[in-house]
Amino acid sequence: MNELINAVDWSRAQFALTAIYHWLFVPLTLGLGVIVAVMETLYYRTRSEKWLATTKFWMTLFGVNFAIGVATGIIMEFEFGTNWSNYSWFVGDIFGAPLAIEGILAFFMESTFIAVMFFGWKRVSPKFHLAATWLTAIGASLSALWILVANAWMQDPVGCTFNPATMRNEMTSFWAVAASPMAVAKFFHTVLSAWTLGGAFVVGVSGWMLLKGRNRDHCMRSLKVGGWIGAIGIVLTMLTGDSSAVTVSERQPMKLAAMEGLYRGDNAQSIVAFGILNPAKTVDNDEDPYLFHISIPYGLSILANHDAQSFVPGINDVINGVSKDREGNLVNTVSYTERIARGKRAQDAVKNYEAASRTDDKRALDDINKTLQADFKYFGYGYLDKPQEAVPPVAMTFYTFHLMVTVGGYLLLFMLVALLFVYKPKLIEGKKWARWWYILSIITIPITYICSASGWIVAEVGRQPWAIQDLMPNKVAISNLSASYVQVTFWIFAVIFTALLIADVSILLTQISKKSKTDLDKVKL
Amino acid sequence: MPSESNHIATSRASWPVRVFRFYRDGFRSMTVGRTLWIIIGIKLFIFFVILRWIFFPDFLSTKGSSDQEKAQYVREQMTGRK
Repeated sequence: MNELINAVDWSRAQFALTAIYHWLFVPLTLGLGVIVAVMETLYYRTRSEKWLATTKFWMTLFGVNFAIGVATGIIMEFEFGTNWSNYSWFVGDIFGAPLAIEGILAFFMESTFIAVMFFGWKRVSPKFHLAATWLTAIGASLSALWILVANAWMQDPVGCTFNPATMRNEMTSFWAVAASPMAVAKFFHTVLSAWTLGGAFVVGVSGWMLLKGRNRDHCMRSLKVGGWIGAIGIVLTMLTGDSSAVTVSERQPMKLAAMEGLYRGDNAQSIVAFGILNPAKTVDNDEDPYLFHISIPYGLSILANHDAQSFVPGINDVINGVSKDREGNLVNTVSYTERIARGKRAQDAVKNYEAASRTDDKRALDDINKTLQADFKYFGYGYLDKPQEAVPPVAMTFYTFHLMVTVGGYLLLFMLVALLFVYKPKLIEGKKWARWWYILSIITIPITYICSASGWIVAEVGRQPWAIQDLMPNKVAISNLSASYVQVTFWIFAVIFTALLIADVSILLTQISKKSKTDLDKVKL
Repeated sequence: MPSESNHIATSRASWPVRVFRFYRDGFRSMTVGRTLWIIIGIKLFIFFVILRWIFFPDFLSTKGSSDQEKAQYVREQMTGRK
């Protein structure tokens, strides 16, 4: 068992490594794709060669990032088949459908039109070329949609029923899966955050060029589009973050409690604006959860339920099955002790299914089906020895959530100031401190990536120990592999992805440096 | 901007020929794209040939050939693990 747990940890580390590396490429493709499409639209409307030059500049960078990043996500599908085979079998039909659509429709759409984008400048009409650029950007977002639908199903498994004969969850409603509140919130929050990252990239690279005194007019055009897309992106990311919080509060209350380091909730629950967790605090003791914190009254109740007087459960409340109505009256929910018992009943039913099916024992099969109907929703809890095992890593969830929110606030301010300097350039040009703004613009690029990765860490670490919420913990999702086998592939991936990242960054920097040295307003296109 | 003669020349050829020429000319005119295609080629070779074949076999296929056998293996794994 220890070997298996070790294999779980290494497989999780491997998946996290590949997912985070993959996510370094994806948001820039999503964000920069839209920015390039807007720039080309401005060229199409004005027929200005300057806008054409600006479009081509950013399109090259988009192409570099797309080329290096393409297929890096396929590695995760390999991992599903080898490291997470129980999981893959258990969810196959449901998880497979969105991924198949992603592969066939979105990827081919994206890769077809990207060829027109790069090869078609002198071969197709400007209108067709513009359409191809937009379709590439839309195709990238559609690609993300189906991946996010699959991820959302893991957080909130809806639209399916479990078949004990095949040991698989079978889809009962495609639309329940594709349009679940979790999927919708996740899609918009993720894609719009990518707009922010694309905007930060354009503002940062333009800042570097202005610091070097190169292509001032091109930079101002870029800042205008990048600043607007970035600003719109961060505002909408915040709004969709609000709807994400409501969904998490309904479907994953344990995650929300961990995001806030909240052990005992209350009506009119405040939200921690800044805090340091007490490392000594656990579910089993009465230590103060925080060493220090600054809270906003009613904040968490408003965020979670859009109701300042509502009750938000803490970790202990969720475990004990305690909730309250808005007047503070006790409302009992299903405690984790009961969930564990019902999960074990469901597992026994699955275990006995094969024998009952072989002997065609109709009464036993009927009992099994009744048990599964009542208790399958707690199936995964049957693997837990005690309720505390269902608590995610609180510190990591708490700090990454607060980092994401803090940086999100900074990005809103940053984008607004960037736009101010675009429309009022006299405020900054020629000023001694201008260089510090340009340096800040450059530093904001990696800061935005950290913010984006933090969001994913909150989503994925906050739902531990589940591979599929309430149905399958990681320790059951994993294949019966040795930890050393997974370690080998972990390090292979670490080397490959680091090499790809180095290639991406160095080619991008070379292209930026080379192209910025030519006068983009006079370049012959 | 596409010239008029260019449009006429390409529109006279058949569909597959036009597509072929489109990609051929596109690849020929690449600058940084050549480096990127080399990277993509190496990457896909490593992913699909080396990693997929050597390190990432379909685990369940080694435990059973039919869906029934695979389901039985998963049932044992899922009901036997605590």
